[in-house]
Amino acid sequence: MRTEYTITVYTENQVGLLNRIAIIFSRRKINVESLNVSPSEVSGIHRFTIVIYETEEVVSKICRQIERQVEVLKAYYNTNDQIIWQEMALYKVPTDAVAEKMKVERLLRECGARAVVIRKDYTIFETTGQREETDKLIQVLEPYGLIEFVRSARVAIIKASSGFHDKIKEFEAIAPSEELVENEYLDQPRDIFTM
Amino acid sequence: MSTVSEIKETTSVELALKGTETIELTGSQAVLEALIAEEVNTVFGYPGGAIMPIYDALYDYNDRLNHVLVRHEQGGIHAGQGYARSSGKVGVVFATSGPGATNLVTGLADAMIDSTPLVCITGQVFAHLLGTDAFQETDVVNITTPVTKWNYQITDATEIPHILAKAFYIARTGRPGPVLIDITKNAQLQKIHYKGYSKCEHIRSYRPKPIVRKEYVEAAAALINQAKKPFVVFGQGVILGNAEAEFRKFIEKGGLPAAWTLLGLSALPTDHPLNVGMLGMHGNYGPNVLTNECDVLIAVGMRFDDRVTGRLDKYARQAKIIHLDIDPAEIDKNVKADVPVWGDCKETLPLLTRLIQQQNRSEWLHTFSELTRKEQEVVILDELHPKTEALSMGEVINLLNEITNGEAVVVTDVGQHQMVACRYARFNRSRSNITSGGLGTMGFALPAAIGAKFGAQDRAVVAVIGDGGFQMTLQELGTIMQTGVDVKILILNNQFLGMVRQWQDLFNDKRYSFVNIQSPDFVQLAKAYGISGRSVKQRADLKTALQGMLDHQGSYLLEVYVGKENNVFPMVPQGCSVSEIRLK
Repeated sequence: MRTEYTITVYTENQVGLLNRIAIIFSRRKINVESLNVSPSEVSGIHRFTIVIYETEEVVSKICRQIERQVEVLKAYYNTNDQIIWQEMALYKVPTDAVAEKMKVERLLRECGARAVVIRKDYTIFETTGQREETDKLIQVLEPYGLIEFVRSARVAIIKASSGFHDKIKEFEAIAPSEELVENEYLDQPRDIFTM
Repeated sequence: MSTVSEIKETTSVELALKGTETIELTGSQAVLEALIAEEVNTVFGYPGGAIMPIYDALYDYNDRLNHVLVRHEQGGIHAGQGYARSSGKVGVVFATSGPGATNLVTGLADAMIDSTPLVCITGQVFAHLLGTDAFQETDVVNITTPVTKWNYQITDATEIPHILAKAFYIARTGRPGPVLIDITKNAQLQKIHYKGYSKCEHIRSYRPKPIVRKEYVEAAAALINQAKKPFVVFGQGVILGNAEAEFRKFIEKGGLPAAWTLLGLSALPTDHPLNVGMLGMHGNYGPNVLTNECDVLIAVGMRFDDRVTGRLDKYARQAKIIHLDIDPAEIDKNVKADVPVWGDCKETLPLLTRLIQQQNRSEWLHTFSELTRKEQEVVILDELHPKTEALSMGEVINLLNEITNGEAVVVTDVGQHQMVACRYARFNRSRSNITSGGLGTMGFALPAAIGAKFGAQDRAVVAVIGDGGFQMTLQELGTIMQTGVDVKILILNNQFLGMVRQWQDLFNDKRYSFVNIQSPDFVQLAKAYGISGRSVKQRADLKTALQGMLDHQGSYLLEVYVGKENNVFPMVPQGCSVSEIRLK
């Protein structure tokens, strides 16, 4: 049965790894519903959070293919009940609509939103929560002239993750991360014949 | 600090380094020093603009590095594969940026799917030009990501020693595979303070060998000991793990009949009493039928390719499956393992051998020989001793066996001749069969045979090629001409793209759609490259012609005309179970 799985991947921080991981999905024509790349609690170790809609058999094979990559430390997959997850959303609405209609303010309070920016012409609200919560606010704001909406990728924490945390800390202590080398020459065009 | 000119006098950078902390080298020199430190003696390559600094440095390393100038980068990488497969070492390939690099892609895909260790070094435009659509610029790292085990772009020469050490380590350890290192031209020219080369022994995020779990070894041994009809299927993992001796001890102690995949061929001598033949679509009758009758199936270093398994939902459903593999991603990928034995089979096989009981399963083995007898009667006898006027591919291979005594390295291309050669060629030694298995790359054999000869100079190398595949990479005759490498080329010419024609015959009502291929006069063509040759149509001439080819000093091309519309049997038709294998 296909369901929503959150894949958590611990990796080195290297240029090109995002593509290596992304093509594991695209090769099988699997749509990535959400993708977030961020540092982890251990410096030098990065963490991908990927959401796909698939069967357990497929997602478990995908995780093994991800773990095969040289710069990947570990990949986990979890169903939604095994993780704590959140997404953040921003909403831009005309300020007059917010200021004039008390109803909007009340609804925002009910949805746990907060104002990030209040300008004469527009106001930006932010809310953090699960999909239904951020979706609900769209519906609420739409009649009042929602100008722009954006939602972040999912970030998730695995409920039972303490074991791995100790391992990667130990791991980083034994062999510290290598330095990331980027192209330093892009802004230094030089006068050389290129052939 | 020493200068570059001083190095040339001392002939060795390692020597020059003695007594100094660092030495000034260019990035290009650091690349070549890395190859020498990794004991690479042969490089296959083709120069071009973006790799010119490396070729300039190579000019001074000619005494320590043998560079083979190929005629096309695809030929270069297939030669690298042939070299790696015959020698067990890492094949090294040079190519320039843009088209040079894209010409490597087929070979990379082939090496990836057939687990061949390669380090490919491509030149790239100057770092400041990346992304500007510069002349011969292509995004090589991204193009090759799906077909490399690892790849990396170097824009700063200080990274060269360290990254090349990683490249060799990744290519040869664990499940081997191709690695590509793209080096921008500025990094090749850049001068660095070289501190010497140290081999890579460890990468923290990379575990080449999974930890062996004893409980699974024990569970596997228990299953084998209880089994009445155990059956071993083995692949290239046995060869890649250098575990041929360990594998033999294992099957001999357990009295276990063993069948091979296309790439497992030659890991176990053909004459070994427990060698029951070839698996898969054109494999032998016994192993295919009995896959669906065994009670325990022991897979060693193989990946259950669809050409081996046929229809998966009817594959060995009655059997308990034990799967030994170094790559955890292979376990349960196609066939669910009841007992997964992760690890290098060089380590896991002896552990397993110790726990299994000495057994003689003559009754079960007899079942195999009964089916072999049936295959002999219906298929093999006619193939090896045809009653037709036209020659058969099988009789050519059979005569070749008589002359080479199973000692030659046989390199095959892709198609009917490949299946026939792998079915009937006899081998006494491992690393004797080199073929493109997973990718099925026509045009593989000629360049791979060149590389195989450089990798095993003391052995005779025979490239068996079809008339179609030969025309895909025949430009490499030029490489043979220039290097003088001794490769015997045996073209089995049926004047068709035979395997596709066979499918059109069997499944498309003989609608022969674009399989009728014309060929040039191959003997004249060889002659133009200074290679002797002969063409044979009559049975009476065959043996002397084969003998003449093998006795000839240097390369030789022998073309044998074979039956135009012969089909390869047995055959598991697509979508059928292995036990539904057809004898005719």
